[in-house]
Amino acid sequence: MAIEVRIPTILRTYTDGAKQVEGSGSTLAELFTDLEQRHGGLRERLVDNGGDLRRFVNVYLNDEDVRFLSGLDTPVKDGDTVTVLPAVAGGAF
Amino acid sequence: MLTISRSLYDKIVAHARADHPDEACGVIAGPAGSDRPERFIAMMNAERSPTFYRFDSAEQFHLWREMDDNDEEPVVIYHSHTATEAYPSRTDISYASEPQAHYVLVSTREEDTTEFRSYRITDGVVTEEPVSVVE
Repeated sequence: MAIEVRIPTILRTYTDGAKQVEGSGSTLAELFTDLEQRHGGLRERLVDNGGDLRRFVNVYLNDEDVRFLSGLDTPVKDGDTVTVLPAVAGGAF
Repeated sequence: MLTISRSLYDKIVAHARADHPDEACGVIAGPAGSDRPERFIAMMNAERSPTFYRFDSAEQFHLWREMDDNDEEPVVIYHSHTATEAYPSRTDISYASEPQAHYVLVSTREEDTTEFRSYRITDGVVTEEPVSVVE
């Protein structure tokens, strides 16, 4: 068993086109560090230099936005599904 | 080129007018790979702002999962500008993340005419495309 991670179209360049990949870790931060071993460059698209989740990336644990849980410190376990979606946003300026 | 039915075109314009002066936003889904916009979904603007829009994250999650289950994709992603022209702004370009989508911009700055324009936004490059409205 592992944690299943669903990857959006725009980030599949880091996963050889795969829609979903698997990883392990006890928190989201550990999971992203683990994924980086096999999918170099992916972590930087999710986590900013300050170690926080990037503002315009939505990450969901099962069907909950992790911003409403504990962000990157959110505990994860085998059998969970993590979904990454780029926020759809913009504005006049 | 974006080919869109008159009724979907009218729905986008009606949504933009209804939410004016706040920005309105939404999706028209279609079968994956078909380039045919078919299913209209008005989204909440979580920012409720005249100068910014952002899909509500929970609503986006459910819609994206639904599209996945239906083998659909976001063929059109639309939003309105309410005081400026219907051209992608710097923020629109930097957050554009669906390279296969037609980004439709509607401007409601004039009361009696609505600008309706479509773009591809790929790797920060904006390409305007013609819009063909079919009955």
